[in-house]
Amino acid sequence: MSSIKTQAAPQGAATWGASKKRRTPTGLILPAIVFLFLVTQLPFLLTIFFSLRSWNLLRPDLPQEWVGLENYKSLISDGTLLAAMRNTLVFTGAVVVLSLLLGLGLALLVNRPFPGRGIVRTLLITPMLIMPVVGALVWKNMMLHPVYGAVPWALSKFGIQEVDVLAQNPMMGVVGISVWQWTPFMMLVLLAGLSSVDETTLEAARIDGASRWHEFWYVVLPHLSSYATVAVLLGTLFLLPTFDTLYVATGGGPGFATTNLAYAVYKIAFANYDVGLSSALGLINAVFSLAVCFILIRVIGRIFARGEVLQ
Amino acid sequence: MKRLRSSVPTLLAYACALIFFFPVLLLLLTGFKTEAQAYSMPPSLLFTPTLENFARAFEQNYYLYYLSNSIIVVGVSTLLAFALSIPAAFSLAFYPTRRSKDVIFWVLSTRFMPPVGVVVPLYAIFLKISLLDTRTGLILIYTAFSIPLMVLIMRAYYLDLPREIVEAAQVDGASLWRVFFSIAVPLSGPAIASAGLLSLIFVWNEFFFALMLTDTNAPTLPLFMSQSQTSKGLFWANMSASATMAVLPVVVLGWFAQRYLTRGFTMGAVK
Repeated sequence: MSSIKTQAAPQGAATWGASKKRRTPTGLILPAIVFLFLVTQLPFLLTIFFSLRSWNLLRPDLPQEWVGLENYKSLISDGTLLAAMRNTLVFTGAVVVLSLLLGLGLALLVNRPFPGRGIVRTLLITPMLIMPVVGALVWKNMMLHPVYGAVPWALSKFGIQEVDVLAQNPMMGVVGISVWQWTPFMMLVLLAGLSSVDETTLEAARIDGASRWHEFWYVVLPHLSSYATVAVLLGTLFLLPTFDTLYVATGGGPGFATTNLAYAVYKIAFANYDVGLSSALGLINAVFSLAVCFILIRVIGRIFARGEVLQ
Repeated sequence: MKRLRSSVPTLLAYACALIFFFPVLLLLLTGFKTEAQAYSMPPSLLFTPTLENFARAFEQNYYLYYLSNSIIVVGVSTLLAFALSIPAAFSLAFYPTRRSKDVIFWVLSTRFMPPVGVVVPLYAIFLKISLLDTRTGLILIYTAFSIPLMVLIMRAYYLDLPREIVEAAQVDGASLWRVFFSIAVPLSGPAIASAGLLSLIFVWNEFFFALMLTDTNAPTLPLFMSQSQTSKGLFWANMSASATMAVLPVVVLGWFAQRYLTRGFTMGAVK
């Protein structure tokens, strides 16, 4: 942490200040680090501690004591844990993939000049700005309601009667609501990628006689891959702990049909004020999320490499 | 024929915009209807608008109380997060050390933590030190969740600034604090707009911590909306009016600051 210049220094910074006497302004960065430690890391360490103990806030008469892995055992034997993990993966995977594809389609549609483009873009990004609780309320009550909803009404015009998505296929319902919410985000990130495609490369491809399709496949798509990576990673990061949409739209139900890990903490542990059990589940959740993110980074890295070969 | 073919994507774009905006449009319109009109299908587009639902939302539902909580929590946590993030980002960008990369990764990793991984101990700690169901408690948490993205965006922005500006000031003998306050901070406008906008949207809409850690003393607008489901889930017009008022500030802000939104997502992240 002193005046030694290393390769960790970002580009451009390398030459600057190298020869001068340089003191690291630790005071500038320390407050943020201490604050983050106190509010996020310390509680996490306590989560580990609590998960190994028995403690029920509603039962002050029971002793608080070490129980080893008892909390984890009862979670695993319960069976809901596996269901919650599966639901988390299905939900996150489906929403990320669908909203990415839809977002790509919309980004391509909006990336050309046409009258009213600004308004179209504004309307398209709106779902992203809507409070998820409100988004879920509107979808559940006014869009998907089996009797008064707009979607069943529209479908009935095509001869499809008695659609009650949230009752018949609750997972599809909550995925649909979240895709609506997340497509604008994917679109915006991909639009940023599209608008930075190198015109001269496209020009060169055209002169070489590339078709529109080849242009897209060999020039645009490889360029977009780094933007898509960011979109997928950020999307996954924010969608894994989804809670609000499920809380409003289905309450995690029926049964455990739409209960993901985050909701399971609320449902089977927090609602009973069982500190030990909910801590254990919280920890499993954290490890699970980290594992998913790291695997994703790896897998995407590999696809990425192949994209460059294609190029 | 050719003109027809080229107008297909445009028409498709219009159709998509309409489909994606339709639920919001329905929400906006329903707030101005009577309850009877609200339930008519297909939704009536021609009706005499009434402000009754908005008036009732103000009277009965303590909307202003939730709103004031939201504004205080969003405002203070965003300011606090900036106060901690800007110096950190400045230091990481202009005074990198061999640990900088680790620090950046660590800061980011705190954002990888799912809220349920920390909420139980936070509940227990807040209970102990009387921060449960207070705005201060929420502010502390939201600040911590805003910092990583802010540091990332601000640092990326500082890395793009011409080094000569800071260098020249240093040669002139300006102190660290002078460089920071009279050069870095005044130049940070666009990055502050992007980072602030994202953090503001996140905090305004955050529901999980608000539900877990507040009750009657510090509830924010998302709680107001989730409670409206049980108390007046069947009163669509009333619910729509409250919901419209709950989402409008952030929606309008997002509409007018679109370019900062995009820049926020891609800055930092794509680097």
